[in-house]
Amino acid sequence: MNIGVYVCHCGTNIAGVIDVEKVTEYATTLDGVVVARNYKYMCSDPGKDLIRSDIKENNLDRVVVAACSPTMHEKTYRDVMEEMGGNPFLFEMANIREQDSWVHTDKDMATEKAYDLVRMAVAKVRRNEPLERIEIPVTQRALIIGGGVAGMEASLDLAEQGYEVIMVEKEQSIGGHMSQLTKTFPTLDCPMCILAPKMALHEHKNITIYSFSEIEEVSGYVGNFEVSIRKKAKSVIEDLCNGCGLCQEKCPTKVLSVYDGKLGTRKAIYTLFPQAVPRIPVLDRENCLMFTKGTCGVCKKVCPTDAIDYDQQDEIITEKVGAIIVATGYAEYDPTPIEEYGYGRYKNVLTGLQFERLTNASGPTLGVLKRPSDGATPKRFAFIQCVGSRDVNTQEYCSKVCCMYTVKNARLLRDEHPESEVYIFYTDVRSAGKGYEEFYKISQEKGVKFIRGRVSEVVGLPDDNLLLRTEDTLTGDVYEVEVDMAILACALLPAEGSDKLRDILKISEGTDGFFMEAHPKLRPVDTLTDGIYLAGCAQGPRDIADTVVHAKGAASGASVLISHTKMSLDPISAYSDESVCRGCGECKLVCQFGAIEIEPLNGRLIAKVNEVLCKGCGACVGACCNGAMSIRHFKDEQINSMIEAAMEVA
Amino acid sequence: MTDEFEPNILAFCCNWCSYAGADLAGVSRFQYPPNIRIIRVMCSGRVEPAFILEALKDGADGVLITGCHIGDCHYIDGNRNAEVRINNTIDALKYLGLDGRLRLEWVSASEGARFAEVVSEFTEEIRKLGPNPLKET
Repeated sequence: MNIGVYVCHCGTNIAGVIDVEKVTEYATTLDGVVVARNYKYMCSDPGKDLIRSDIKENNLDRVVVAACSPTMHEKTYRDVMEEMGGNPFLFEMANIREQDSWVHTDKDMATEKAYDLVRMAVAKVRRNEPLERIEIPVTQRALIIGGGVAGMEASLDLAEQGYEVIMVEKEQSIGGHMSQLTKTFPTLDCPMCILAPKMALHEHKNITIYSFSEIEEVSGYVGNFEVSIRKKAKSVIEDLCNGCGLCQEKCPTKVLSVYDGKLGTRKAIYTLFPQAVPRIPVLDRENCLMFTKGTCGVCKKVCPTDAIDYDQQDEIITEKVGAIIVATGYAEYDPTPIEEYGYGRYKNVLTGLQFERLTNASGPTLGVLKRPSDGATPKRFAFIQCVGSRDVNTQEYCSKVCCMYTVKNARLLRDEHPESEVYIFYTDVRSAGKGYEEFYKISQEKGVKFIRGRVSEVVGLPDDNLLLRTEDTLTGDVYEVEVDMAILACALLPAEGSDKLRDILKISEGTDGFFMEAHPKLRPVDTLTDGIYLAGCAQGPRDIADTVVHAKGAASGASVLISHTKMSLDPISAYSDESVCRGCGECKLVCQFGAIEIEPLNGRLIAKVNEVLCKGCGACVGACCNGAMSIRHFKDEQINSMIEAAMEVA
Repeated sequence: MTDEFEPNILAFCCNWCSYAGADLAGVSRFQYPPNIRIIRVMCSGRVEPAFILEALKDGADGVLITGCHIGDCHYIDGNRNAEVRINNTIDALKYLGLDGRLRLEWVSASEGARFAEVVSEFTEEIRKLGPNPLKET
């Protein structure tokens, strides 16, 4: 057994705290170690060359690298082993960066800890066994959850590469939040106009859209997911509906439209907006007279294609895919709890998204500026920034898009209504982005008044006007400003239902509630669950431009996976020793993945593990009462060897 | 001060949440006492009482098991298995005079600060408890 130990300096990340020379020297004293070296960047080519040449020259068959976390570079070195004809599982990493030099300042103690971590890794590698990767087939199809701009972009990229794409959208139309907006920064183009070519994806031969549908269950694993989709009853037969719109025209029931920020109404049978895709209405059973009173039937009577079906049931559809992209977007923060701003109390205090609808040419007022309280034309506007963002009482993070969309709205007001007075009460103006700073400058030139300070109070006046109290933190002056309307730049929150989806997909979320990427810089579209990717605001607040980039990244990640017909899995799977197993089935009880079957063998029962279904958690090993069950790469003797090594005195 | 008792603490961290949480503590540079040595397992449900007893027998002054929060387990409910098993072991250790030397904590991949806190706290507790009595025999 010839073991090589390689200690990485990681520049000064490790070497600045840990004495790498001493660690290297110490490593040579360990049983089985024939060579130990250190190098500035072990993961660089010259670093890997050291390992390569030692494998050749010193006949190394096992390698330990003491460097960063295995989640960072385990694959890098396993690839080196494989490339040199060795077995990639005769390798271990000692995490002396994330779990040593970065968390300790006492150099002697950190170095001593590095001795221990190296000793533990050497003990483990000594007992490692060569393993063969398991080859599995890959379903060359992708599931996209969410039909906003992120989901659309990712779907189109994959569909254009020739992969079949299943898109699931919980609303009845794709388009997402972007379809609600008035104009977008910094180009001031109409979102619907730039979305339309993308929304035409429903005509793409490789894309299937399930609208008004939700993910019910996901089983399987990377390359081989099985997804149950609940297609909720629209009460409209999609194959018959021609989207003429007669039903919504004639429906007698009006309901406040959530899509329009409750500033306007919709019918009980409705499409989200006139350009909806698919253009099939949904009957809202909570408000439809047929369901509440048992009488009406107007839509059914007027429908020229007899597409209305009051008895339609939810349908469960199963699809097989190889990769999943989560593009569930965001939800706007409800500012009601911030009582001083008076949202919900004063009708003329609106959220950012409500203002987008109010100024949108296809919004509730058809783009005509009217105050919700009395329909009067507002002339004085106050935009209040960071509502629910950058605030320890609500969300600590910056929602990233609010500065620019507020600047955009303020500028549009000055452009279209030059007589208007427009104030922006800001914390900082964050206009990083191509053309953004320039856009902000222009808005200043156009007479938008920027006042740095958090508004302390919004007071409703008898004439529905609003009085704002604030301090200008640059001049120290205390302001009282009377306006006709106040617009709150509300934080972006994780989309509703994110928690449920997280549980279904078994992916992580950060402390901010957004889904967590595998690595912020190097794996920004991957999750820690292989085969599941993130696109757009599902991962964190970002604007449309960044969302499109992120979505293209996710599509690329997914296509790297599904471009193959086969892939290999780490062989970290359980197996039972048939000579010891008594077939009691305790292991089968704890296995969540149906990987264990109890089968007859020579007149008795034994447990048999399906290696492809086994995810390698080791629950069965813990449950096994007579030591028959074991798990590759984390066997009892391997773990025990690390325990012993950890407790030896260095 | 040099002969102040420095506890040896062994930790088992699950690969998906708590090991990633420990890594995040590093990435965020949250400092904690250097007395801990981490063994990575795929799931906290893999940790057998035998490992804990082995560690204590070999002289560990404290053993820390960390897993994903309940409901977040990468393997659905491996941490629930761990909870039952580790809590039983905690009870059993009381009869062996090793009360307080085993602890189970949930740490998510985004809780770097929490990981550092848990380790700091546990290290202090073990420091107060003093050396593992099995070591002297």
